[in-house]
Amino acid sequence: MEEKNNEQVVENKPVDTEAPLDKNVRLMSPTQMVVRRFFRSKLSIVGLIMVVGLFIFSFFGPMIYTQWGEIELDESGKTEYAVSTTTYTVNGVEYTIHQTTEKSLKDNFLSAPSKEHILGTDNEGYDVFVRLMYGGRISLTVSFIAVFLITILGVILGGVAGYFGGWIDNLIMRICDVLMCLPGVPILLIISTILDASDIDAKYRIYLLMIYLTFISWTGTARLVRGQILSLREQEYMVAAEAMGYSTARKIFKHLIPNVMPQLIVQMSLSLGSMILYEATLSYLNLGVKAPYAAWGTMINIISTNQDVLQNHWYVWVPAGICIVIAVLGFNFVGDGLRDALDPKARR
Amino acid sequence: MAKVIEKTKELNAQYGEKQAQYAEDFAKPFDTEAILEVRHLRKTFPLKKTMLGKVTKELVAVDDISFKLMPGETLGIVGESGCGKTTAGRAILKLHEPTGGQIIFNGQDITHFNSKQMRPIRKQMQIIFQDPYSSLPPRSTVGGILSEPVQVHKIVPKAQIKEYVLDLMEKCGLRDYYYERYPHEFSGGQRQRICIARALSVNPKLVICDEPVSALDVSIQAQIINLLKDLQKQMNLAYVFISHDLSVVKFISDKIGVMYLGAMMEFGTKEDIFRNPLHPYTKALFSAVPNPDPTAKMERIKLEGDIPSPANPPKGCRFHTRCPYAKDICKCQAPAYTEVEPGHFAACHLLTEE
Repeated sequence: MEEKNNEQVVENKPVDTEAPLDKNVRLMSPTQMVVRRFFRSKLSIVGLIMVVGLFIFSFFGPMIYTQWGEIELDESGKTEYAVSTTTYTVNGVEYTIHQTTEKSLKDNFLSAPSKEHILGTDNEGYDVFVRLMYGGRISLTVSFIAVFLITILGVILGGVAGYFGGWIDNLIMRICDVLMCLPGVPILLIISTILDASDIDAKYRIYLLMIYLTFISWTGTARLVRGQILSLREQEYMVAAEAMGYSTARKIFKHLIPNVMPQLIVQMSLSLGSMILYEATLSYLNLGVKAPYAAWGTMINIISTNQDVLQNHWYVWVPAGICIVIAVLGFNFVGDGLRDALDPKARR
Repeated sequence: MAKVIEKTKELNAQYGEKQAQYAEDFAKPFDTEAILEVRHLRKTFPLKKTMLGKVTKELVAVDDISFKLMPGETLGIVGESGCGKTTAGRAILKLHEPTGGQIIFNGQDITHFNSKQMRPIRKQMQIIFQDPYSSLPPRSTVGGILSEPVQVHKIVPKAQIKEYVLDLMEKCGLRDYYYERYPHEFSGGQRQRICIARALSVNPKLVICDEPVSALDVSIQAQIINLLKDLQKQMNLAYVFISHDLSVVKFISDKIGVMYLGAMMEFGTKEDIFRNPLHPYTKALFSAVPNPDPTAKMERIKLEGDIPSPANPPKGCRFHTRCPYAKDICKCQAPAYTEVEPGHFAACHLLTEE
């Protein structure tokens, strides 16, 4: 593990020295120190590359690789010939009929990776590579929106609970406890059935489900923020702020929240990973994004109905799995790196 | 449990009896010259509550302290750890809501002001903390820390804030290029200078110094104390200087109050207290001060045992459990806080007996 480093405080000269040597030494702000510590760890750089790579792949990829669209079928299907032979006897004479059936396939499905289709096509004839990019868009946007909402809810409710305490704290924390008791997936199934019954565009289902996910997952963030604020509130600089007669809003937003930010950022990056997993699970269970739209989970879902794809056409579903792994690992590496960078003392 | 409730009731009854005599004092007119007048200040913390929120057991952190402070004066409050010095200081600033008594600041009774009413008064009374490490927000620069109060209280027009802060930093012995730096880059003494600068940024009239030098080493202590004295002269500040270090208090104070278990045991001018300590506790405290002269004969008064719990203070005189001169009356009746000499108060039966 990296040890003490040169960024630590340079001892300041006594006040009455005439020529201050450190006058031109620009010391680093806490943020700069964090950035520096973050980039010292190889794992967090790897994580960052993974995450940024995925972003570029899914958001800029479709702009560059425009050969196929998300729901554009490859209709250059080949013609298949099937020869069948039937033999039967009429009046003692044996007839043999050779029958050739010409089966013209409109869609070019399950074609192996080639120049035309980098990762082949799936069982419908969609380009897997392109759908991977569009699926990434969905997964990343959805998880970012969910984490953003979770953080806002968590900060507000946790902050209120921690700052004001008393019965309001009790109320919010008991709501947290109740929400934590709810089994997530069964309720998701119910909600998804309700969404099925009402005609909501397949494209927007996933967002509604993520709102539900936000609703049950803000508890972790709220607890974290509450705990932090409870401990920060007792710090003497908060007493000093009180003695200065600052308004409550100023105390919360200028003095408390900036000091909760480090832990919050770590929590956010770690929950991004879990949200991606959640989204993939939902889509895999056919609760989230539905065909023909692409999501990594839906792309893997193909194997659940099609044994042939599972056995013979790995290129249809393995890349989506790899993408999920990369995304989750990447966010976790970044989160771990940030945690170590923000709080070097808490290292295991 | 029943016993505890009984005891609390008893104490409350005692306090209630006192209330009548306090009421007289509360009705007295405010001293218009004094910057701060504290009358029978009391602060308790609830320890146990019933389901309905009725307090059945409480900790009396500050019980009945009174004093008057003139502008430009320093009051030193001494006492051992846990005697309620810090709580008293914070209750005066209304950082803790006082349970009883009266706080008159600048001719205004601020005891029952809410936080909104307090806001304009906050800039006239400030506090310097013991721990210079936790009292500075870690994520703002020195410039940010010092200019925030100036900006909030509109001490100077916006365009002049930086100039004002730099001027203030110079006064407090901080170099101008520290403006952009963060608290973690400084040593304890410099951090304490920043704290002082922050407290003075709003031009206060009263500063509560809550053990401002006890976290610093001796050479730095001297610098900080001298700085505080210089600033007092320049800005005509009144200090309430809380400390357990008698030599520091002797150096800086004009008046001294000795606290024990939440109550003022003795109060007087520095000369009175040091030349003629009246209360046995004060005597014991002074005898514990190390004397640099090895040939001097030390007559130490040793106090037995620990300071009793403020949640369960002894009956009668609160000092009788440890007092070498305790008599029977001390065990059952609390001594009155009386003016033994002009301007020199003490609470002890030995002084009022004859």
